[in-house]
Amino acid sequence: MAEEFNPKIIAFACNWCAYSAADLAGVSRLQYPPNIRIIRVMCSGRINPNFILEAFNLGADGVLVAG
Amino acid sequence: MSEVQNIAGEQGNFEIKVLQHPRYVDMDKCIACGLCAEKCPKKVINEFDAGLAKRKSIYVKYEQAVPLKYAIDENCIYFKKGKCKACEKFCPSGAINFEDQPKELTINAGAVLIAPGCAVYDPGLYDTYGYKKSPDIVTSLEFERILAATGPFGGHLVRPSDHKEPEKIAWIQCVGSRDMHPGSQPYCSGVCCTYAIKEAIIAKEHQKGKLDTAIFYIDIRTHGKDFERYYNRAQEAGVRFLKSKISSILPSDTGNLRIGYTDKAGMRVEEEFDMVVLSVGFAVSHKALDLAQKLGVEMDQYQHALTSSFNPVRTTKPGIFVCGTFESPKDIPQSVIESSASAAEIEGLLAESRGSMTRTKETPEELDVKGDPPRIGVFVCNCGTNIGGFLDVPDVVEYAKTLPSVVFAEDNLFSCSQDTQEKITQVIKEQNLNRVVVAACTPRTHEPLFQETVLNAGINKYLFEMANIRNQCSWVHSSERGAATEKAKDLVRMAVAKVSLLQPLSDPEIEMNQSALVIGGGLAGITTANNLAQQGYVTHLIEKSDVLGGQALNLYETWQGEDVQKKLAALIKGAESDKNINILTNTQIKEVSGFVGNFQTTVETAGKEQVIEHGVAIIATGAQEFKPDQYLYGEDPRVLTGLELDRKFIDDNLSLNEIHTAVFIQCVGSRIKERPYCSKVCCTHSVKNALKLKELKPAMDVFIIYRDMRTYGLREDLYREARAKGIAFIHYDFDKELAVSKNQNDINVKCTSYVLQREVEIRPDLLVLATPIVPPQENPVASLFKVPVNEDGFFVEAHVKLQPIDFATKGVFVCGLAHSPKPVDEAIAQGLGAGLGQCYCFQNQSTVLQGLSEMHGGLPVSSHQFSGRPRHLRSKPGGLHRLWLMCSSLSHRCGRCFPL
Repeated sequence: MAEEFNPKIIAFACNWCAYSAADLAGVSRLQYPPNIRIIRVMCSGRINPNFILEAFNLGADGVLVAG
Repeated sequence: MSEVQNIAGEQGNFEIKVLQHPRYVDMDKCIACGLCAEKCPKKVINEFDAGLAKRKSIYVKYEQAVPLKYAIDENCIYFKKGKCKACEKFCPSGAINFEDQPKELTINAGAVLIAPGCAVYDPGLYDTYGYKKSPDIVTSLEFERILAATGPFGGHLVRPSDHKEPEKIAWIQCVGSRDMHPGSQPYCSGVCCTYAIKEAIIAKEHQKGKLDTAIFYIDIRTHGKDFERYYNRAQEAGVRFLKSKISSILPSDTGNLRIGYTDKAGMRVEEEFDMVVLSVGFAVSHKALDLAQKLGVEMDQYQHALTSSFNPVRTTKPGIFVCGTFESPKDIPQSVIESSASAAEIEGLLAESRGSMTRTKETPEELDVKGDPPRIGVFVCNCGTNIGGFLDVPDVVEYAKTLPSVVFAEDNLFSCSQDTQEKITQVIKEQNLNRVVVAACTPRTHEPLFQETVLNAGINKYLFEMANIRNQCSWVHSSERGAATEKAKDLVRMAVAKVSLLQPLSDPEIEMNQSALVIGGGLAGITTANNLAQQGYVTHLIEKSDVLGGQALNLYETWQGEDVQKKLAALIKGAESDKNINILTNTQIKEVSGFVGNFQTTVETAGKEQVIEHGVAIIATGAQEFKPDQYLYGEDPRVLTGLELDRKFIDDNLSLNEIHTAVFIQCVGSRIKERPYCSKVCCTHSVKNALKLKELKPAMDVFIIYRDMRTYGLREDLYREARAKGIAFIHYDFDKELAVSKNQNDINVKCTSYVLQREVEIRPDLLVLATPIVPPQENPVASLFKVPVNEDGFFVEAHVKLQPIDFATKGVFVCGLAHSPKPVDEAIAQGLGAGLGQCYCFQNQSTVLQGLSEMHGGLPVSSHQFSGRPRHLRSKPGGLHRLWLMCSSLSHRCGRCFPL
């Protein structure tokens, strides 16, 4: 094994719940790995399946839809 | 941190003197980073955690406090000893001000609303409960904190004495309520049964089912909407319900607590528990009393603000309104309903001066940057040390400078401070920026502020984007400086990429139709219409039948003894004579289209159709009394429903004087499998009517056969009075049969008394069946307005606690029995509250629609999926706005309607 696998994760987070939960995690100083990039959407219903495929296409190892 | 000193004047023109205590923290400067509290050396007891934990002398009361600003209390070491000032030393924004002084404020107001709340009973007053004798005997509020994730044990359920996970917990109901001892309250607090059930269920979830829970009660009063289901769920989850008043709670040799009680069979039993929770009731708050006395409002015998069923939020002093537990014991939804109701009353009262103190904000003219290549400025915030302390801000700034179209980047100590705002405005002008990125905290709190900043520099506010490098970066990766810096760079790169694609957008204004449609001319609907008319709005009140009044036409008296027919007639007369109210009886709805501000509803009156245009709709379609098919109903004229007995009272029917024995049977057709809800009003209704019979003929024998007596809140007084007057209450064993038969000409009622554990037989000459309130079987209004109904057929509000009058669909509201079974005062409060919906929707003639760029993300949209019928578009009636209209008005800006 060369390097430890460090996946790139894209999260689509609903502004009204999951995104604010991620904010609250910050206020509470919870710690989590820095390999996640959060994209704010106004509703998880806004997420087109193509977004997810495009994320994988551009090199994401995992996609999280939270809402 | 303010209190009323005194009040002068009268309705329409009050002058209130308020004393504002010093906070010692400048609210404009405090960024709530918490560093002061971290460094403060003074620990004090945390009242919010019910004394179970400590806080610092500089503090915020709880995590979600509004405003989220720190304050220094009187325990501060500097105040006591003249030195320390650690907070001042460490505060990154210079917000500490030890020179802060109390301020006297004078407020001029046309009306006053008081909502001072109440205190809770102190169980230390009565030693049976053993409170404070063992740390493991806690009040329900202390237990709430123990369960809370932000509480003293971080949400881990342990008992205070030894931090052991409890295996058995007991709840004791009616602690300080329904109790005539000095210091206790004779009334029912109305909320404790449901909260005890909630605590038991949550505690079980915490302990993953390894917890035994027992609730000791007198009657389980889960009379609120859907609460009965919750009670059933608790029973299924294994929560034990023991109908017994306990006699003692004593520490045992094993370190546990031993409860002595009498079981169902009448035997004295002792059982050990690890913890005991005392379900404490509401008590009088002396601060609230003090306030009420200053205001000169009258109180009832329990020191609650005196109101009446038909004016549930008016105090005895004109212009002063009340809501919440200071009026009487009540739960969250009812408190919220009353807050809306009092606001609606005030809107009506002060309708003439509405909007007279508003000012129009002036903004500089917007620069046209369409088609210009992006020139992006990036401002990276240090947030004191909140960001700069955990990642390399200068490195992020340097990186930002290398990104395409970025012509300017710098870091700020506090991007949100007033001086930085001005600086950003200046930089935008100097550098000819046409797009801005701020890398700082979260857009959820700060986006509007920065949008304002760019707007002040003449940039369209949708050409702005935030990178969340604090809440979602520096704070959550505080020990990984390198990785956090890399992530921050990525977040800035993402924001820059997005902002360069954004296009300017306008906030279109649309005209709002100001009239309202009230569907249902019962008590709630008439109340809404009267209030809306008083507020100055044209209101169409439609009623299916040929008269107004609804179910209230069948009611004799309220539980407080008010004559319903007299009051109802006055309300109807008020509606009929108001020129703002257009009453349409014999009218039904055929079709509905449009959305908030622009509804078109087709109604049919006696075969003739017309279209009503309206801005909001209030659904007050009501419900009715269930007609049973058991217990000889319909077969014997001596068997009546509750309302049929009311009818006899209304008509002054003399045959009632002939009766020797009357029996009331509760829960006929309710709290059963087919109809598993409680109708809330029937217990009080039967007790009230039983008292009336006794009044007509004191020699009459009156029996009430029940499962749980639910005379909640102050209605408990009636129950006590009924017992004192010799009305016999028989708690029957629900597991055994209750049979009504006819023997020759006698009606035979047979049941098994829970207390006596033996069969009882009564031969009444009047049998009254307390049947549930049922919604109509077919409910076209629900499907026409596309609003939901629950399993029982009642409408489902937007939020059971916080939005009990709204639907999730904007501009549509619900009140009265259509929402859930409720008595007169609560129907009126909800009817009034629904009146507030109108002005909440349309403070002005038009409304500004915001937030377009958030949703479409700079990508082109088309209008082909729009399905509504937008009208009255003032600016650019193009597809874009139309499309967004539907989204904003019906789906809460979710973005779902944007096809790509």
